[in-house]
Amino acid sequence: MDLLLIFLGAAFVNNFVLTRFLGICPFLGVSKKIETAFGMGIAVTFVMVLASATTFLVYEFLLVPLKIEFLYNIAFILIIASLVQLVEMFIKKSSPTLYQALGVFLPLITTNCAVLGVTVINKDANYNLIQSVISSLGAAFGFTLAIVLFAGIREKVDKNNVPVYFKGLPISLIAAGLMSIVFLGFSGLIK
Amino acid sequence: MITINSVLVIGGLGLIFGIILSYAGKKLKVEVNPKIESVRDALPGANCGGCGYTGCDPFAEAVVNNEAKPSGCPVGGDSTTEAICNILGIEPTTEAPKTAFVKCNGNCNVAPNKYDYYGIDDCNIAAQLAGDTPKICKHGCMGLGSCVKACEFDAIDIVDGVAIINKEKCVACGACTVVCPKLLIDIVPALSTIHVTCNSTDKGATVKKSCEVGCIGCKLCVKSCNFDAINVTKFLATIDYDKCKLCTLCVKKCPTGAIIHQKKLKVEVDEKPKAVKKAKVDKELASDEKPKAVKKTKVVKELVSDEKPKAVKKAKVDKELDSTSK
Repeated sequence: MDLLLIFLGAAFVNNFVLTRFLGICPFLGVSKKIETAFGMGIAVTFVMVLASATTFLVYEFLLVPLKIEFLYNIAFILIIASLVQLVEMFIKKSSPTLYQALGVFLPLITTNCAVLGVTVINKDANYNLIQSVISSLGAAFGFTLAIVLFAGIREKVDKNNVPVYFKGLPISLIAAGLMSIVFLGFSGLIK
Repeated sequence: MITINSVLVIGGLGLIFGIILSYAGKKLKVEVNPKIESVRDALPGANCGGCGYTGCDPFAEAVVNNEAKPSGCPVGGDSTTEAICNILGIEPTTEAPKTAFVKCNGNCNVAPNKYDYYGIDDCNIAAQLAGDTPKICKHGCMGLGSCVKACEFDAIDIVDGVAIINKEKCVACGACTVVCPKLLIDIVPALSTIHVTCNSTDKGATVKKSCEVGCIGCKLCVKSCNFDAINVTKFLATIDYDKCKLCTLCVKKCPTGAIIHQKKLKVEVDEKPKAVKKAKVDKELASDEKPKAVKKTKVVKELVSDEKPKAVKKAKVDKELDSTSK
């Protein structure tokens, strides 16, 4: 039950993109097509889950015993960057199309604040390994959900007659704002 | 102690991840066809995108995979085609040379502005303004020179507020066609000399009000053409270059002068290269002494539209009025 609450909390109540405003850059950048948005979501999920597990282990069994917790930021960034590099190699090998579609946003996961955010939030909440993984799964699910939904909206908006002044990014930002309001509706879900 | 620990931990982590990544790099290495690399080396490497691919690397890949023609690189020309064909071991085929062409002749003397634009010198920015482009004609060249900046080969000049392609320098890479917000620049066969210099799909009356040399969609050219090479859709004539026999009948028929015979223009410009040069200098200095610039570039303008001296005169008067009212 506890784990379910953590998952739902990270996915909906404190949705990383729409409530915490983390990871906005791929949210706006790779959300033109549902397909690429989903690919991005999967890539971020992979990096987030592995990163939170690895960072937990490194933090708990390396940094804390040696009393160098203050280095958590640099250690986490190192872990995330390596993981992103690994994911990039893997995607390049397995799906060149997805690799091209994600473009510069794939290496940008390195500095994606959502990924670093979830690891730091896990650390601050004193989650154990399983809780950390569940929390990051929830966060990644929330991210994927938000970006895929948003891509769907953008695909529809593109086909509609948008006033000149709103064409392109303005209407996208307005749509993102409305989505954020919608996600506020989840705030009463968990006390 | 803490310092040593810190150094050891971060360094160790880096080392471990480095080892893992280098191993993964070997394991997950994408095999590249060696031919792709040699084709890539034979290409100019300008990454201009003229072939329709994002750069020289994707094009090389496409050529090796038989998705693109060896002659697809417009910049390299025949020598590159030959080199690529040698690598691939196939017979080279030649294609007719191409060049870029700006479908607008509405310079500042014939196509008036509805307001003065003092913004950033960039067509794409000006095109985004809520009040639409500075010119009355929504489809015409703004003359802010985004294509000039995009051209890697210095083949475009802005003369009298309209982009003009220097055929001799143009390699038909197509970089300019992409940046033009009005999609004014086409890649056309270099040997074709007859072009419609208008992009306006407005109705004839609207075009008349906004530009003196615009296509009003009267279809006189369609009737005059014996080869069925001209079509008028949405009040705009387009020439089918495969069918056009360069008979110039349509040029004579066109009531507004929207169809031009380019050879004439080129020869006459060659006769007076100084005028062009001067206009260029003006552009480079970006001097805002309008009357001077007009005077110097007038020569070029008259070459372009020598059939309509009256119109030019009228436009000139308008212009003078404009400057006095300022």
